Amino acid sequence: MGSEPSGEVYLPDTVRTAVKVLVVGPFAVGKSTFVNTLSEIEPLHTEETMTRDGAVVDDLHGITDKTTTTVALDFGRRTLSDRVVLYMFGTPGQQRFLSMWEDLAHGALGALVLADVARLEDSFDVISVLEDRGLPYGVAINDFNTVEIPPHEELREAFDLLPEIPLVTCDARDRSATARAMVSLVEHVLASPLQHARESA
Amino acid sequence: MSPPRRRDREALVRPYLITGGRAHPTRNTLDLTTLIQATRHADPSLLSPEQRRTLRLCSGGSLSIAEIAAHLELPASVTRVMVADLVDQGHLATLSTEWQQHGPDRELLQEVLDGLRALR
Repeated sequence: MGSEPSGEVYLPDTVRTAVKVLVVGPFAVGKSTFVNTLSEIEPLHTEETMTRDGAVVDDLHGITDKTTTTVALDFGRRTLSDRVVLYMFGTPGQQRFLSMWEDLAHGALGALVLADVARLEDSFDVISVLEDRGLPYGVAINDFNTVEIPPHEELREAFDLLPEIPLVTCDARDRSATARAMVSLVEHVLASPLQHARESA
Repeated sequence: MSPPRRRDREALVRPYLITGGRAHPTRNTLDLTTLIQATRHADPSLLSPEQRRTLRLCSGGSLSIAEIAAHLELPASVTRVMVADLVDQGHLATLSTEWQQHGPDRELLQEVLDGLRALR
C-alpha cells in the first residue's frame, strides 16, 4: 500500500521551510516531465475532488456523487538548502481546472507557464488568470527539438508579455535547462514590486 | 501523463468515513506543502487504522501533507482533515510555516535562487 516507503522519502531533519511553485500548462505539454526532471523523489501524485463544472469539492459527502470527478496532481520536491525545500506541482491549465489551481496558488512563490509552440493559444487563459490574480509568473517554451522555435520577440508578442516577464526555452527533460527556467522565475519574483504586497494572495 | 487512480481498485473505506463525515480540517493553516512531523509522545492505541498508518508514515521523518496523501493514497482533502485532527491530539506537529502567512521574504527567495543556481 506504500504506507512504509523506503529510500530517500523523508526530508533532511534540518529543513523547516517549504516553498511552492506551480508548473501550469495545457494537457501533454510536459508538466510532469519538467517536475520529474527537477525532483529528487520518485514522482508522486495526489488528487483533488472537483465538481464537473470545475469547483473544488470541500464537502466530502459529495465524493460519491456522480457530478464529481477527481483530478490527479503530479508533484515533486527538491531540497535547495539545509532549511528550504521546493515543491513543484504540475497543474492542469484548462479552463475547467482553473478554480482548482487558484486554490493551489495560495502561498505559491509563483507559476511557471509551460507552453508548446504548436499550440500557444492553449496557454492564453492561464496567463490571463495569473495576471488577474497577481501571481508572479514566467513562461517556458518546452523545446522538444522537433519544431523550430520562433524568435522570442514573436513569442512575447503572441503572449502579450510585459517586458519584465521572463520567457525561456527549455527541454523539460534537461536538468540544467529546467533549473534555468526556475531561476528566471525566482529572479523575476525577487525583482517584482508585488513581492511585498502579496500577503492577501 | 498520470492515469486516473481512483478506478484502479475498489477503495476499502469511503473517504468520509476516515474523517468521521467532516469535510473541513479543524485548522485552516494546513496547505499541501505544510511540513509535518510525528511527536515523540504519541500513543496510537485509540486511533483509527488510517490514523495509525499516518502516524507510522510520519514517524520516519518530515513530510509535506501532499506527500502524506500520495504515500497513503488518500485524497488531499481527506488527508488535510485527518492530519489536522492528529495535530490537535498532539500526535503530529507542523513545522514553521510563518512565511506562508506573510509571503516569502527576500532572504528566503535568495536562498531558493542560490539553491536553484547550484543545480545547473
